Amino acid sequence: MKFKEKNGKSGRTNVDLNSIREESEWAVDAEDLVVHYVTSAETVEAVNSIDLKLKKKRTLGLVGETGAGKTTAMLALMRMVPDPPGEIVRGRICINGLDMMQLTPAQLQSVRGSEIAMIFQDPMTSLNPVITVGDQIAESILLHRDISRAEALKEAEGILATVGIDPRRSGEYPHQFSGGMRQRVGIAIALACNPSILIADEPTSALDVTIQAQILQMMRKLKEENDTSMILITHDLGVVAEMCDDVAVMYAGRIVEYGTLKEVFNETKHPYTEGLFNSLPNIRNRVDKLKPIPGLMPDPANLPAGCAFADRCAYACDRCRKGIPEARAFSATHKVACSAYEDPDFKIGRGQ
Amino acid sequence: MIQYVIKRILMIIPVVLAVSFIVFFIMDFVPNDPAVTALGDGATEEQLEHYREENGLNDPLIVRYARYMGGILRGDLGTSYANKQSVWDLFFAKFPNTLRLAIASVIVTVVLSLPLGILAAVKENTMADTICSALSFVGLAMPNFWLGLLLIMLFAVNLNWLPATGAVGLKSLILPAITCGTGNMAALTRITRSSMLDVLKQDYLRTARAKGQSERKIITYHALKNAQIPIVTQIGIQMSTLIGGAVLTERVFAWPGVGAFLVDSIQKSDFEVVTGFVIMLAIFVSIVLLIVDVLYAFLDPRIKAQYTTG
Amino acid sequence: MKNADKNRKSSVKQNRFLEVWKQFRRNKGAMFGLIVLIFLILIALLADVIWDYETDIIAMQVGDRLAKPSLAHPFGTDNYGRDMLARIGYGTRYSMLIGFASVLMGTVIGVPLGAISGYVGGRFDTVLMRIVDTFTIIPSLLMTIILVSVLGTNLLNLMIALSISTIPVMTRITRASVMVTRNNDYIESARAIGAPTYVILIKHVLPNCFSPILVQATLRVGSSIISAAGLSYIGLGVPLPTPEWGALLSASKSFIINAQHMCLFPGLAIMITVMVINLVGDGLRGALDPKLKR
Repeated sequence: MKFKEKNGKSGRTNVDLNSIREESEWAVDAEDLVVHYVTSAETVEAVNSIDLKLKKKRTLGLVGETGAGKTTAMLALMRMVPDPPGEIVRGRICINGLDMMQLTPAQLQSVRGSEIAMIFQDPMTSLNPVITVGDQIAESILLHRDISRAEALKEAEGILATVGIDPRRSGEYPHQFSGGMRQRVGIAIALACNPSILIADEPTSALDVTIQAQILQMMRKLKEENDTSMILITHDLGVVAEMCDDVAVMYAGRIVEYGTLKEVFNETKHPYTEGLFNSLPNIRNRVDKLKPIPGLMPDPANLPAGCAFADRCAYACDRCRKGIPEARAFSATHKVACSAYEDPDFKIGRGQ
Repeated sequence: MIQYVIKRILMIIPVVLAVSFIVFFIMDFVPNDPAVTALGDGATEEQLEHYREENGLNDPLIVRYARYMGGILRGDLGTSYANKQSVWDLFFAKFPNTLRLAIASVIVTVVLSLPLGILAAVKENTMADTICSALSFVGLAMPNFWLGLLLIMLFAVNLNWLPATGAVGLKSLILPAITCGTGNMAALTRITRSSMLDVLKQDYLRTARAKGQSERKIITYHALKNAQIPIVTQIGIQMSTLIGGAVLTERVFAWPGVGAFLVDSIQKSDFEVVTGFVIMLAIFVSIVLLIVDVLYAFLDPRIKAQYTTG
Repeated sequence: MKNADKNRKSSVKQNRFLEVWKQFRRNKGAMFGLIVLIFLILIALLADVIWDYETDIIAMQVGDRLAKPSLAHPFGTDNYGRDMLARIGYGTRYSMLIGFASVLMGTVIGVPLGAISGYVGGRFDTVLMRIVDTFTIIPSLLMTIILVSVLGTNLLNLMIALSISTIPVMTRITRASVMVTRNNDYIESARAIGAPTYVILIKHVLPNCFSPILVQATLRVGSSIISAAGLSYIGLGVPLPTPEWGALLSASKSFIINAQHMCLFPGLAIMITVMVINLVGDGLRGALDPKLKR
């Protein structure tokens, strides 16, 4: 018989979430989410009224350039926007039928890690340098399950093995691992409690190309084995094609195009999405020159009154500069926010 | 690791040589005559000259230094001119008192400064932060010995709760420890605050938050564990200055420590005591700094790796 | 051509100064410190106009011995019936003089040493740093005490001893910031066109190290004032009847039971003076280092 440590303070098995959980077919269901960073000097409008829905067991790719508000939106889903200066101005966030805006800090803590977990972009900075990797994984287990430290460490070793790290290295520190290995540790931490929703914030962009493929393959395998729903942030459209069922394209804090992989890739509607595709190098036909999108994304502390993309858009007209474009449904799943479609004959180049 | 420690211990030797030479050299300029210190004012010039000749005081500086260092190699720190006692014995009669005061003061400082510094960092730019920084400005500007006098005034004279002077029992330690301890509070609070501010921005705290860790544990476990190095460094510096530098506090409270005795000896030109004491202090200060460096290895595995390879 | 260049340079300098001043003014604590500091400096400068040394400061009035604070004597009187306000006010000049002069002397010697050590490096650097390390091993107050007792106790020697203890501090900070600046591209290019070392040091390197040196020096003034008072307290600084603040505190110890105002006010004077100097130093740090801007 093994002695079980009662760990009432950190093991949050006593928090009852099921009594407040509502039936929902969605793993993630966010509506009208607005996040601002407010300082005395300026207000950065990082996320401006986005709707995000993720069906269970599916993978959503969140695409957009740096500063589009992808990471902030994801942190908001977990109620982890640093406050101050960050502030969720309004919106509804439901995770597995739990209304995240209504939860107490203790309830939030018991949701994080066990139901929704996150893999971060830079494995060099996202692991605590003075705690062994085994302890960092076990910490998550100890927080959500009522078992002893020794048992948790044992499980941590098992998880290390599943992400392809020799379990005997669980007593080592992050600096003893390579970048790719550290990201595996990051994944192990996120998966430690078998969360039903996984957010991966550019999990491979800090890694070598050869390592990227390995990590992505492993993530896909683990996701399928555990029936996890996933949101994958990336700016690599190749990764999206490989991994995702649905795609949301974000620009200046808004989702400009949203649909299934097929819809967004084959029936591209938004000029910005088109621009993203045009700026991809074509390996098969090297004659074509790259066509980058001209200009830069507007400063989110100083957004224009109309469509934020208008100044860089080849199709922009006066209408675009007047009001924020409304989302328009092209199918049950395909939504595009572009004012140009008020003209029923409007078509962009790529769709042809 | 052990190699590193041995290397560091060996490095104390040149430090001791340098310190002893500097002190020896400076003390040579003291206008007072050690012979007068030894024999008293009543001695005749003949007696004085005899004493100087007998003790080699007329030899050139470098000869005296060599003779002195030779003595040290045999474990002989010299003899006090004033009371003929061995310097070694005198030092270790006083040193336990100094050490006791130093440790007690460090405890006072840590107990007060760590929570304040952490609070100021976590609540950056709020009222609490402002109050902490105001307190540290006051603390930094307050002369230690004056604080000692104020404490005596309040707790010994007016309230009559604690003894004003002496070193008998735990009660007499309280006021000197508070005096020294609060004097160093400002520095440690500032270091704790800035070091915590650095760490609080780090990504790995976000990772811990995403695991579902509580804010309290994130600060006391994940953040503090990483902010320790500058904090421990500051505590080490404080400890090392207290070992030799609590002169004023020792004077105010008539605390029979090394510093106060050393100052008396300086004023009496008790040459060998001064040199011997300063050498011993330099050794202990070096040891404290070494302990701090070794502690780093236990606090940060990356530093430990450096020690073992380099 | 050359003249225009010179004009532009001086206006750049002026702009920089205005920029720093603008930053400095935003810091309320620093502005408060500066105003009080200017007031204290005025008292120090005008001490001989406000008080007469012979009659107000050192003449004894036995009838008024150890009087508690009152309208006539806001800070009370001392054991010889002398007005504490006058003595403390007059004492401002000693503390200010000791603090600023000792740091100035220490800076004048320490900065060139640190600059050469950091820029040239090599043997000179190694030897100098060993010496500086040695000085750091000996607690600085002890070093000052030893120096004062060697030199003999008076105002000038106290300043010299304090400035000697300041040298290692200034050497260190200068060396560190010179080593950072040394590798900048414009220094490289000055070296490439063959400018002599001392020209590079004075014209290019040192101006860029100005901020940390100034900030460190300002903060050092405060700690020198405290050290000076401490030395006077144990009878190694300025001797009585000179109304130096540390000496006043030393005299107060015998009357701690029945004349506590004698102890209270000189200490307050030291604390406020050091505090306002540190506030100014802190404001300078914030204004000179844009990285610290919030």
